[in-house]
Amino acid sequence: MATLLQFPAQPATEDRSMQSGSTALKARKTGFSLWIKSLQAVGLAVVVCFSLGATDPGARFNDLGHRMMCTCSCAQLLGECNHVGCSFSGQMRQELSAAIAGGSSDKEILASFSTKYGPTVLAAPTAHGFDLVAWIAPFAVLAAALAGTVLLIRRWAVNSIGAAQDAAAVEQANQDPEARALHDKIRRETGGDGGF
Amino acid sequence: MAAFGSLALLIALALAAYNLLAGAIALRLLATGTPARISPERLADTARRAGIAGFVAITAAAFALVWSVFTNDFSITYIMEHSNRALPGPYKFAALWSGQEGSLLLWAWLLATYGFVLRLTHKSDVTLHAYAGTILAAIQVFFLTVLNFAAPPFSLLNGPAPDDGNGLNPLLQYPEMVIHPPMLYLGYVGFAVPFAFALGALMMRYPGEKWIKITRNWTMVTWLFLTGGIFLGMHWAYAVLGWGGYWGWDPVENASFMPWLTGTAFLHSVMMQEKKGMMKSWNVWLIFSTFLLTMLGTLLTRAGLVSSVHAFAESPIGTWFAVFMGLTLAVCIFTYVLQRDHLKSDHHLESLVSRESSFLFNNLVLLVACFVILWGTLFPVISEYVVGNKVTVGAPFYNRVAVPIGLFLLFLTGVGPLLPWRATSLKSIRRNFVLPVAVLWVAVLACLAAGIRPWKDGTFDGGSFYALVAFAISAGVLTAILSEFFRGARVISKQTGHNLFAATYLLTRRNTRRYGGYIIHLGVVVIVIGLAGAAFNRSEERELALHDKMSVGPYTLQCVGFTQDANLNYNSEYALLDVYKDGKKQFQMTPEKRVYLASQQPQTMVAIHSVPNWDLYVVYEGSNPDTGQPIVKAFLNPLVSWIWAGVAVIVFGTLVALFPSLSPATASLRVPTARPVPTEPVLRSGD
Repeated sequence: MATLLQFPAQPATEDRSMQSGSTALKARKTGFSLWIKSLQAVGLAVVVCFSLGATDPGARFNDLGHRMMCTCSCAQLLGECNHVGCSFSGQMRQELSAAIAGGSSDKEILASFSTKYGPTVLAAPTAHGFDLVAWIAPFAVLAAALAGTVLLIRRWAVNSIGAAQDAAAVEQANQDPEARALHDKIRRETGGDGGF
Repeated sequence: MAAFGSLALLIALALAAYNLLAGAIALRLLATGTPARISPERLADTARRAGIAGFVAITAAAFALVWSVFTNDFSITYIMEHSNRALPGPYKFAALWSGQEGSLLLWAWLLATYGFVLRLTHKSDVTLHAYAGTILAAIQVFFLTVLNFAAPPFSLLNGPAPDDGNGLNPLLQYPEMVIHPPMLYLGYVGFAVPFAFALGALMMRYPGEKWIKITRNWTMVTWLFLTGGIFLGMHWAYAVLGWGGYWGWDPVENASFMPWLTGTAFLHSVMMQEKKGMMKSWNVWLIFSTFLLTMLGTLLTRAGLVSSVHAFAESPIGTWFAVFMGLTLAVCIFTYVLQRDHLKSDHHLESLVSRESSFLFNNLVLLVACFVILWGTLFPVISEYVVGNKVTVGAPFYNRVAVPIGLFLLFLTGVGPLLPWRATSLKSIRRNFVLPVAVLWVAVLACLAAGIRPWKDGTFDGGSFYALVAFAISAGVLTAILSEFFRGARVISKQTGHNLFAATYLLTRRNTRRYGGYIIHLGVVVIVIGLAGAAFNRSEERELALHDKMSVGPYTLQCVGFTQDANLNYNSEYALLDVYKDGKKQFQMTPEKRVYLASQQPQTMVAIHSVPNWDLYVVYEGSNPDTGQPIVKAFLNPLVSWIWAGVAVIVFGTLVALFPSLSPATASLRVPTARPVPTEPVLRSGD
């Protein structure tokens, strides 16, 4: 995270000794590694949690019912199809209950439904073959877009003349009543009525 | 009346074509300074007047169709297919947009109405309005060509007219259906206006950012209509479809959501252009994309490319839309390539942690969300094309992919306003973020204490996990927004001596756009809290004999009867259910199922009892044919009313943002109209 954040240089007027700077750096490094470890622990916990599956038959029925579509062309999930007299959902739900009672795994149940009703019975793409692209593409695009933006801003920041100005000066300009008044005056006189 | 309507549409097409051609020639003459026999200014004004006359012609056509519905003119195919004699009056209006031809006519009429207003207000900048009016005329020519030649609403039946029509689709016979489609269309069509201004400004190399100021209110009003349309659609789905939910990630729902996302991104990033002269190309492409996405949604569903419960029957107009989109994209690319040097940014971002970068990241995430939805909508087609297998991309996909992205966006909603412009410091971050982060973690602990845990009995519950994250971030964002109000109000309170409430009012009036925006963010937070409640939905289904009971959550429902009723338009069956809580009778609910006589189609009328904590949502699923007893499904849906309340807050916030800010007494200068480029003669307003 620290590599992503780029803060402007400290104000030149600040007087700090080398020793206190070194101590602060060490403290920052320790804090940083603690943050990384905490994040790793949270990540691991999330992965473990996600890898656990539902075991209760009712919960499994509900879960699987929401991972398949009703095939009556209603475009609803099997668990939610509510058409009176729907000739598909009732039978499909019975088959699902029977398969759960028969001890089949989730994977086996989904595969058997897919074989019987066609791959469109699955409410989401599977995690293999070309279907995997469906899952990877959004996160790949997000990651690429974020990385690209970060790199772009860093490049702009390096090239920008304004990068030389430190944050305290900018903040002071933002806070200083006279500067703010001048800024507001300029904005009013150039027609802007505010915004963020 | 059919002949009158058809003639009106033909005249409208001729007028739109004249508007386009005369406008284009006039603007070309002005741009090149070529001498001509007719003054370009006068030619451009005749084009503008043709646009106004076109509005009258399309209004006449729309009136002819509505008149035909009300007079039961079943010799017109469209009326026969979408109306019947017993149809109540308000739904006869709904017949105008219940079919493909009628909805295209509504689209053209709304576009003409927007164009009419635009052409009447042309004096604020005549040349820019002439460009925008000509571009709108080009769009109008497309719709009127389709209406005249591919999907005519006034085509007559072969043979004698029947005594009665097929009736309106029962799903549309619900009060919100009289409002939802026009509002959604107002949103879709409205984006044509900022699109026309953006393209026109780029074509004429319009100096400065004034075009954005001219279109700001157009864009916000359009965005408000689209937002209202989407949420009315959600409420309709919730109240009518009877599956207990409000959003099914259907391609048509997705089609409305995509331009909303890019439009929202545009509304944010456009402020960067106004304030800093940045992101000019980005903004132009955002508004181009938003307009193209409104067309893409129509193309997807009307061409039969993707299956949808909303989809109109597959028809050749899909090809028309594809060609139009291709042409529009080509014009956009060509203009951009030709004029891109005009869009150079005045400034660049200076820091990764600043208000500017938060706008950029916000835009990025909105666009990624849009990509995810587009990707999910198109993936069945892509999969079929690549590997020959059509797959379904339904709610489970979007819940896993779009929800985390949405939560990240919510997080940015809270972070952005707390960052100063240009750059920030650790001190500033500490000062602004300590309280929201503290509240976020308190919310996490409160949720865990209240039993919202991502794991139960050793199993991971994804819904609860996302709900926990949503509640926590919402608490943090809410604190961040309220602290922004508090900080500003405290300063004003000190300056003026007003109390905090009065100071908050004054603060908002002084910068309506900024604080209106914050109110909109508050609305978004309230909606997210409502959406997160879906993780805890419960339902029970039972066949109920007389005096049988069923329970869901704290409520016990007792069947005290079921009966039938009939009227001219439909027959209905309904159950009478007394609802008890803590052993005391609270109220009675009457979930209903109707069978419409004209179409013989069934329709659910859900009974909903809404309180802030939850909705008791009861569906009459019909009677068991063997026992004759009613089957009732009851849902307890937590926090649903928060969604509708959040929408009301968004509407209020948008209205606040549209309201002009209080002008300080010292500032009374009006900004003169930006001067056009020196190479181009200026258009004067018409005589």
